[in-house]
Amino acid sequence: MSSKLAALRDWIDARFPLTEMWNEHLAKYYAPKNFNFWYFFGSLALLVLVNQIVTGIFLAMNYTPTPHGAFASVEYIMRDVKWGWLIRYMHAVGASAFFAIIYLHMFRGLMYGSHKKPRELIWIIGVAIYILLMAEAFMGYLLPWGQMSFWGATVITSLIGAIPYVGGPLEVWLRGDFAITGATLNRFFAWHVVLIPLLLLALVVVHILALHQVGSNNPDGVEIKKHKDKNGVPLDGVPFHPYYTVKDLFGVGVFLAIFCAIIFFRPDFWGWFLEHDNFVRANPLQTPPEIRPLWYFLPFYEILRSVPNKLMGVISMAVAILILFFMPWIDRHHVKSHRYRGLMYRLALIGFAATFIVLGYFGAQAPTPYHADIGFRFNELFFSFFLLCLVYNKPRSRGFYFGALVAAGIAIFVLDWLRVGDIPVHFMVRSWWIPAAYWAFFLLMPAFTRLGDALPVPERVTSK
Amino acid sequence: MAADIPENLQRRRFLTAATTVVGGVIAGLTVVPFVRSMEPSVAAQAAGAPIDVDVSKLEPGQLITVMWRSRPVWVLHRSEAQLKTLKDPKLIETLKDPDSKEPQQFGPPVVNWHRSLKPELFVAVAICTHLGCIPTYRPQIAPPDLGPSWVGGFFCPCHGSRYDLAARVIDGSPAPLNIPVPPYHYRSETVIRVGSLKGGKDQNWQPAIW
Amino acid sequence: MRTLILGLLFCAIAWVPQAHASEGGGFMRHVKVDVADKAALQRGARDFANYCMGCHSLSYVRYLQLEKPLGLSQDDIKKYLIFNGVKVGDPMVSSMPAALAAKWFGKAPPDLTDEVRVRGTDWLYTYLTGFYLDKARPTGVNNVVFPNVGMPDVVENLQGAQVPEYKEITAPDGTKEKVIVGLKQVSPGSMTPEQYHHWVRDIVTFLAWTAEPNKLEREHLGVWIVLLMILFSVVAYFLKKAYWEDIH
Repeated sequence: MSSKLAALRDWIDARFPLTEMWNEHLAKYYAPKNFNFWYFFGSLALLVLVNQIVTGIFLAMNYTPTPHGAFASVEYIMRDVKWGWLIRYMHAVGASAFFAIIYLHMFRGLMYGSHKKPRELIWIIGVAIYILLMAEAFMGYLLPWGQMSFWGATVITSLIGAIPYVGGPLEVWLRGDFAITGATLNRFFAWHVVLIPLLLLALVVVHILALHQVGSNNPDGVEIKKHKDKNGVPLDGVPFHPYYTVKDLFGVGVFLAIFCAIIFFRPDFWGWFLEHDNFVRANPLQTPPEIRPLWYFLPFYEILRSVPNKLMGVISMAVAILILFFMPWIDRHHVKSHRYRGLMYRLALIGFAATFIVLGYFGAQAPTPYHADIGFRFNELFFSFFLLCLVYNKPRSRGFYFGALVAAGIAIFVLDWLRVGDIPVHFMVRSWWIPAAYWAFFLLMPAFTRLGDALPVPERVTSK
Repeated sequence: MAADIPENLQRRRFLTAATTVVGGVIAGLTVVPFVRSMEPSVAAQAAGAPIDVDVSKLEPGQLITVMWRSRPVWVLHRSEAQLKTLKDPKLIETLKDPDSKEPQQFGPPVVNWHRSLKPELFVAVAICTHLGCIPTYRPQIAPPDLGPSWVGGFFCPCHGSRYDLAARVIDGSPAPLNIPVPPYHYRSETVIRVGSLKGGKDQNWQPAIW
Repeated sequence: MRTLILGLLFCAIAWVPQAHASEGGGFMRHVKVDVADKAALQRGARDFANYCMGCHSLSYVRYLQLEKPLGLSQDDIKKYLIFNGVKVGDPMVSSMPAALAAKWFGKAPPDLTDEVRVRGTDWLYTYLTGFYLDKARPTGVNNVVFPNVGMPDVVENLQGAQVPEYKEITAPDGTKEKVIVGLKQVSPGSMTPEQYHHWVRDIVTFLAWTAEPNKLEREHLGVWIVLLMILFSVVAYFLKKAYWEDIH
């Protein structure tokens, strides 16, 4: 039996590099043996991508991309198509799962310095995938043609109108009409099901190829290729297959248990994955009382709307996303993993994650001046992290830290001064200490203590 | 390391098999909703529900076409003369399946010389069993284009299949089987329900070919 | 351990439910509905067909879909629920033309298929028990959870008329405001308050079912699917351990 199979394999290998690919990417791809649970999210992202594509194809079989038919066809899928409800819930929950996984995956990268030399390109491709994913999710959310679909698309496409000179015409050109109409729905459908998935798949392949060219990073941030045995196999590496395939299977199992629990017991996730108001058919004559994007956009939405100037808000949001592309050059500290970068960077990173979550929280609140002011403070903290990374790139003199603190103070004051007239001054007086305390803490601690100093990085990977 | 035989080979093999089995069950279960979602939806089934046809105004020799399950269905009131042709031995010996042996009708009540519940009223799905065109009703006797042997029947314009007035296929036609007779019953003397038997039975009936 | 704390933190963040858009706070009654209760669903469907369907549709529900969950035969459905001669396979659409309705009420009565998804069962229950007399309105009534509602009080002869009980509260900025804290019945309806409570609850139950007809099936199935996934995780965990024994 095996000789027949081997013959078939040889026949294929003569015509297609099957065995070669298998070895290069699985059986003889050596991954560091000290991966922890953060390393599950790469393979899980791939799983969810497949889930989105398969369920998406089956939804498209029954979906009608017209203003007249879209809402009804989604109801038709939920009620009349056999198992249609399950497929739709898999797609909707899958979208949220995708973002949860991608956010954890990106955070993993920041924790262990996976964006740094020599993996800059992997990170940049990853950020491109993330932006495409945002576009994919945004366009997909219009398709059910509910109230939130319609008004969310209206608000976000209106942002383009803020661009000077070309904004207005560009907005109309993208919508294909003067407002969100059937023309917009139809092109969003085409982009959602054809254009962006194709680009996403291509970029995911490139992302993995680039990874396998350089080799995986690990929680210690040391290069396993530095220490090889006589056969050229990294001493701290294990073949991806079978070691990480079986490990990832376990990760897949745990993920699927959680994923299925949500799908079968709380598919709308208390209104966070499927919003209540989106079960009302789109009505261009009535805006719902509160509109907000789905949870995964909330931090950026808050960055956008906490700036009391439309154009500056759009620019802030764009910069907040695009700045990720430059992360490999913003954070140039020679130590990769937070484990050996000292306490201060670790605290800054935790602070960054917390800022992101708090921004998301305020993004979901009613747009009062009070919330706008607090949101703006956390908006400042979001960007502060990147500036702080520039400061933390290498050891600095005490004078440098003091100078940076004065500069930060001036910046906070100028930004507040620009907001006078839009936000009541007594709100600002009440909240200015938030960024001030942040900068004081993160600049004075390394100036007066050694807590920010880098630790010696081990030569070889360590087990927990 | 790769060449060594691991000490726990037995356990690895067993656990690999166990994981494969559970994973296989999951994969198999996952396929079910996707495959079944492609079956006719509740909407399609509702549109394919039985329909009622009033036959009280149907004259002898008159044919009406109604829609059932998105297909045309004939209801033909056959005259005395037309019924007589069905028993003509000369016609019968040219038929592929004169006794309705193939499962092209819903059951024994219509397996008879007239392929219907009452001899005069004939119900059939107006689809040629060759490639699905709609045959035309040709009651004329020996018209020039159909030749001298034609005693009335159905003629398919697509590929020339010929059927008699009970929609039984005549030899020499490309069509393999008789035209299907769907489930139907009399709700009253003048109303028939096409698409189900009495009590709503047999709604999912399908012939061998249609 | 750190992982666990992190996971719990994420869960805690996600646990805050998104409020239904209409839950502006204030007066709200609570109701428990059970979509597995066939008798309640039957009564709710009957009352919906009699009292609501004159104006409101359930456009995305087909009559024949009531068959199993409500335990009705198609003949029952035709006899008790269909008054306009449509087929059982047809959607439950009101006979009132939408354009005409828009003219009469200023706004077409909304489709109610997903109403419970949009507003929740508590809101719907409070709405249907929350009409009160208000001379300022053209319909003569207003509603505690739907200020300036366009719908007339079609249930007044069942419930009886109500007037609101106000309480004055002081807002944080010092202004005084009158808010409704309760409703008092001023004229009797044909039902006792107890009967009326059940009547409304049945309709809410029925609409909870139409909002998500597959909920029961989904949750029954879900238990087995999640158990299967856990089983898979356990087996995969031991497989992983068997392979990794010689690494650590």
